[in-house]
Amino acid sequence: MQYVSTIDRDFQDKILADQGLTFTEKILSIKRCDESRKVASTDDIIVTQVDLAMAHDGTAPLAIKVLGELGIKRVWDSNKVILHIDHTYPSSSEQIADFHSIMRRFAMEQGCHIQEGNICHQYMLEHFVVPGMLIIGADSHTTTQGSLGAFTTGVGSTEIAAVFASGRIWLKVPESIKVIFNGKLPRGVFAKDLILYIAGKISCEGANYKAIEFTGGAVKDLSISSRATLCNMSTEVGAKAGIVEMDKVTKEYLMQMGRKTMLEVHSGKEAVYAKIVEEDVEKMEPYVALPYNVDSVKAVRDVEGQPIDQAFLGSCTNARFEDLKIAEEILKGRKVKEGVRLIVTPASNRVYKAALESGIIETLLQAGASITSPTCGACVGTHCGVLGCGEVCISCSNRNFIGRMGSPESKVYLASPATVVASAIKGFIADPRDYLR
Amino acid sequence: MKGRAWKFGDNVNTDIIIPYKYKARSIDPKTLAKHCMEGIDPGFSKKVQKGDFIVSGRNFGCGSSREQAPVSIKACGISVVIAESFARIFYRNAINIGLPVLVCEGVLKEVDDGDTIEVDLSKGFVNNLSKEKIIEVKKQPEFLEKMVKAGGLVEYYKKFRRFPW
Repeated sequence: MQYVSTIDRDFQDKILADQGLTFTEKILSIKRCDESRKVASTDDIIVTQVDLAMAHDGTAPLAIKVLGELGIKRVWDSNKVILHIDHTYPSSSEQIADFHSIMRRFAMEQGCHIQEGNICHQYMLEHFVVPGMLIIGADSHTTTQGSLGAFTTGVGSTEIAAVFASGRIWLKVPESIKVIFNGKLPRGVFAKDLILYIAGKISCEGANYKAIEFTGGAVKDLSISSRATLCNMSTEVGAKAGIVEMDKVTKEYLMQMGRKTMLEVHSGKEAVYAKIVEEDVEKMEPYVALPYNVDSVKAVRDVEGQPIDQAFLGSCTNARFEDLKIAEEILKGRKVKEGVRLIVTPASNRVYKAALESGIIETLLQAGASITSPTCGACVGTHCGVLGCGEVCISCSNRNFIGRMGSPESKVYLASPATVVASAIKGFIADPRDYLR
Repeated sequence: MKGRAWKFGDNVNTDIIIPYKYKARSIDPKTLAKHCMEGIDPGFSKKVQKGDFIVSGRNFGCGSSREQAPVSIKACGISVVIAESFARIFYRNAINIGLPVLVCEGVLKEVDDGDTIEVDLSKGFVNNLSKEKIIEVKKQPEFLEKMVKAGGLVEYYKKFRRFPW
């Protein structure tokens, strides 16, 4: 197969101006390399160029092994390959330390990027992602990165090895679902509550194979951090991608980070959607997903009083600066309930440093929280907060499957950082609105 | 291919198939196989005979991108996973590692746990021998069929010195 390698500016301009195409169809039409000047329509199977490819210590060791089996000596573009050591960082065992060594050696040989001690998706937002990119990551939560107006999706190890080797991937062009959030967020209600509400409404397979575009007045008001929460959990409803189109907030974020847009892509006014879900956020309240499914969603007030052993504020879903700031607001002058542990794992060193400098960490420590260095640890049940038999945790992470955070006999409730912290104070699942002015 | 059907429900997720704690420690298929389906059926790998099938409901393999999920299933001896539908990353991973996956709407109704079934991948049908019932499967794109036939992406690449797309 001959692949197209040059960008056709005329075609690109035509696609960007097309009012009948979705964000996804536009970006995939522009990036496709199996045919030149051909629109990528829903359900087409196409081959596209990839702008960035990443893997972490849960997926990269196997990908590196596969590259060896394929006999591929060099990645396609070392500047576009990023390895992250985050899932079990710092290592918790000799075997894991050996996997980390394999990754460091590979990065050294290839001259590709490698970072340690920041959760991969947060690091990507802070350092690499720009609007208009097509990013493939060997992690299901790669959808997080769509919060900066890019098309970003997850694959497994063998597939990322093929991307590392070729810079290309086959994709089936997904249909899109438009989720419109109107109104102003009420006090105590956050992006996490919105996405939990959606999971409860459309179910954990409600967006299977589809891309979700988040839009509406309430989304326009959200920070990149909150948008990242929406896009992060898009994968929990089966979506291939979660997208918030570029706007003023995106531009400000990029300016702050010193990066430039690749392509500004917007869905056309006449684009066709598989489904449109429109919600008034002013009617919403804090929600929680009950074990063992992300779509078993109830209002916090319906499960208030459920005793907890652990409260976890961490993960790629909700451990950014604004999440720690809310925790500080609630915990100031209060204490974590005796017998309950509150574990706080900032998403990145940048977040950690900012929280330290603004005094947030001190407030959290005074309240009785334990702070860990950035890692995926507790969320995936490897270290820094693994649950034992019969234990109950309220967590602002993304999955509450059987055994996700440790023992198959443990239980995980998912909620916003505010609900997690309010529950840590009371010792049972509690409504954060009691603490927020 | 002929074997026993091991039946599961909807939304069988990757943490059930292979918890992260095992996946983090090993990429060896035999080690992973020991813990396959531990979340809902501890000891599953000991019961499975080579060539058996998993028959499941909607959204099989939802959750993480961990390729160790299909690897552990294949290493247990399961020859094909038949489900009403699959989560997208699991579906891609399975094909990439050479575990055939068949989308078969209505399969849960037609197959009981323990039934003997026969699968013909090239003709695209599932035959429930216990119930004498033939169930049609959804056809896969040709390049994916070729990849499955070769035994996965690595085997395909070794054979043809190119990727299948």
